[in-house]
Amino acid sequence: MADEAKGGALEFHPMDQFIVKPLFGDGGVGVFSFTNVTLWLALAVLCVFALMVLGTSRRAIIPSRTQSIAELAYGFVYQMVEDVTGKDGIKYFPYIMTLFMFIVFANFLGLIPMSFTTTSHIAVTAVLGFGVFIAVTAIGFIKNGMGFLSLFWVSSAPLPLRPILALIEVISYFVRPVSHSIRLAGNLMAGHAVLKVFAGFAQVTAVAPIAVLGVTAIYGLEVLVAFIQAYVFTILTCVYLKDALHPHH
Amino acid sequence: MATETSTAEKVESGLPQLDISTFGHQIFWLVVTLIVIYMILSRIALPRIASVLAERRGTITNDLAKAEELKKAAVTAEENYNKALADARAEAQEIVAKAKADIQADLDVAMEKADAEIAARAAESQKAIDEIRAGAVDSIKTVATDTAGELVGVLGGKADAKAINAAVAARMKG
Repeated sequence: MADEAKGGALEFHPMDQFIVKPLFGDGGVGVFSFTNVTLWLALAVLCVFALMVLGTSRRAIIPSRTQSIAELAYGFVYQMVEDVTGKDGIKYFPYIMTLFMFIVFANFLGLIPMSFTTTSHIAVTAVLGFGVFIAVTAIGFIKNGMGFLSLFWVSSAPLPLRPILALIEVISYFVRPVSHSIRLAGNLMAGHAVLKVFAGFAQVTAVAPIAVLGVTAIYGLEVLVAFIQAYVFTILTCVYLKDALHPHH
Repeated sequence: MATETSTAEKVESGLPQLDISTFGHQIFWLVVTLIVIYMILSRIALPRIASVLAERRGTITNDLAKAEELKKAAVTAEENYNKALADARAEAQEIVAKAKADIQADLDVAMEKADAEIAARAAESQKAIDEIRAGAVDSIKTVATDTAGELVGVLGGKADAKAINAAVAARMKG
């Protein structure tokens, strides 16, 4: 912020908010060093703990507000897993819940002004996306053996088309983790960058009212995006899991 | 400040997201975060919420069953009440009828007794009247005989008791 003011009227850096920097000392970023990434990841953990553990600590039959939200989140994801993957997907529910809770809190914490959005980094979302991809592929082979490959062999299509379809299916299968992770990081990065650009324009008196209105509108949109992207990531995970459990079309 | 500008300069060449030197750091802390969240959820939060939801479902089912039971009990109680009311009404009518009959019987007895008493008194009175009447006739006879005797004497005749008696008796008969 101070840099922007110093640099002149219209010099701003919308991408500076994504810089990973150490919170203590001025060394480089090592694997174990304590940076803004560490801080905001830890805050996400704290928020999950506060909502899901402290919020439900009274185990009330008639829930308090916090407990209602925790139960709502539980019911939301549980229903999603059950509806999309079926009964046999329920045992993966804790993993999917972990993904959902992490992404939703990381996204919302990122909306606090001056905060750092961990899920706007491709390194983070790629770990999530490829983690899901590898886990789902492993589950597919463990549950179905080589039968899992029938996912790529569309038996309802005419025989001559099947090899071509198989090729397309294989390509789309391997594109999944890439789109899965880039979708999340891209949405958040773009939204936050646009917010910063509007905020930068607010320095110019002539367009300041429009810029402030723009920031407000985009912020509202970003609140939606924060939830929707967490939802999309989770439901796609469920869909991939369904393919692994029931590969036959 | 100096370090911040140097970091900014270093990243100016590209997106911070594509700065591979921070990937190891991010991935390490992300994995730690996910494991911690997974532990929190799978060990504490999810079993607790599941048990709370199950308990709530059980309570609601129990309460509904209890409400159904209470409703049945209320219907039975109402039936009993109505029956008791009808019984009481019938009994009351019976009691009223019996009381009326008793009163009627008492009344009849009392009337009879009163009639009998009245008849007795009337007979007694009749007797007294007859006596008085008889007494009165005798007295008149005596007075008439005396008076007739005296009158005869005063008029200068000789009072013949026998003739006077006969004359009085003949007069009184007439």
